[in-house]
Amino acid sequence: MLSPVPSSAPPVIELSRVTRRFGAKTALNEVSLVVPRGGVFGLIGGNGAGKTTLIKHVLGLLKAESGAVRVFGLDPVQNPVGVLGRIGYLSEDRDLPNWMRVGQFMRYTQAFFPHWDEAYAEELRQAFDLDAKAKIKTLSRGQRARMGLLAALAHRPELLILDEPSSGLDPVVRRDILGAIIRTIADEGRTVLFSSHLLDEVERVADYVAILHQGRMMLTAAMDEIKDRHRRVTLRFREPVEHPPALVGALSFEGHGAEWTYVCAGDSRQLQQAAQALGATVLGDDALTLDEIFVSRVLR
Amino acid sequence: MTADAGPVRCADLSFSRALVMQIHISPNDGVPIYLQLVNQIKYQVASGRLAPGEELPAIRVLAEQLLINPNTVARAYRELEVAGLVEKRRTAGTYVSEQGSPLARRERLKILTERVDALVAEAGQMDFALEDVLALVQQRHAALQTARAQAVRE
Repeated sequence: MLSPVPSSAPPVIELSRVTRRFGAKTALNEVSLVVPRGGVFGLIGGNGAGKTTLIKHVLGLLKAESGAVRVFGLDPVQNPVGVLGRIGYLSEDRDLPNWMRVGQFMRYTQAFFPHWDEAYAEELRQAFDLDAKAKIKTLSRGQRARMGLLAALAHRPELLILDEPSSGLDPVVRRDILGAIIRTIADEGRTVLFSSHLLDEVERVADYVAILHQGRMMLTAAMDEIKDRHRRVTLRFREPVEHPPALVGALSFEGHGAEWTYVCAGDSRQLQQAAQALGATVLGDDALTLDEIFVSRVLR
Repeated sequence: MTADAGPVRCADLSFSRALVMQIHISPNDGVPIYLQLVNQIKYQVASGRLAPGEELPAIRVLAEQLLINPNTVARAYRELEVAGLVEKRRTAGTYVSEQGSPLARRERLKILTERVDALVAEAGQMDFALEDVLALVQQRHAALQTARAQAVRE
């Protein structure tokens, strides 16, 4: 399990100033990211933020136009065998061979991974209630996700990458996915990178969070740090104001009349003091959900 | 804590159902998850639902049950240990401290005040007079005493 002190071990993933364009659209704009070994890294961002493009660079499926990508210290484009054999990957569209049967697909996937654990794969198949004889084509959406998850987990990868694993799934299958993430990192030294727009799930399981917005990295930090550093301060001014004053550390504000709510990054006491100096009363100083932090960061 | 208390479903075959805590995590209320855990365990100790000497679930087991990061559970256990509420024994296992509830009186009073406030507000909304509430508190206290005495005999 991850120690509270950042480990000195080399990072599992390192992106330095990666840029990638598709035609006129800049999908990744000088994105840098360090994913340390051990723990869960949550990559969050809206649709089209560049999450899948980033993941495809990590897998070596796309080549950076500029900047560098290192996975386990290797360039995934140059060393696909050395990198991909150590990664378990569940893609967003779960591209599975429809014509295969579940059992066939398990044997097929096994051939790619020398460390495939046959007993564990069978255990997962039964736990996920997947019929070995069923054609993949006939599987429900949830069962397809479980099939993909089985294939990603059964070789016990050092790095598990899940691209929007929960999207469009019912709560029962989402539990399986969160459970798989937790079990993966409970084993010493293994790392999970997952992208999601379901921020309550990210808040539950992530040790680190990166916010990607329109191809740019807005924020990357430990979850505890992000939670500690953002506060919602509610103020009442002496009189109604049309434009509330700019206060130190404020990321955004909303409200009307005399009552305004500020989202604050950093030490909220400074903002409180600044507000009180202006004659405002502090009505509340509360923690924020990751969802609220995300919104205040990207709608700035 | 009872052995079959949780409505927990888990795919892992090695999952232990022996220790299931009644804890509810809500990522939507802004309170950091480790703190929700700390508060609820403190409350369970203060209220006697967790008895001195009782073993808390292993970090990994509780993480899988609640679907939260194991490091979050570890952090909550560390905070509880620093507060003197639980203690690690030998290499494995975290247990509720034997010295009963070492929570500072102020801390306990704070928890109690919140509950009383909620009770009084709710009683007011339901049109109960304060005397009715006080009588009910005494009545329930007697009933719990009897139940506890019975449990000890068994």
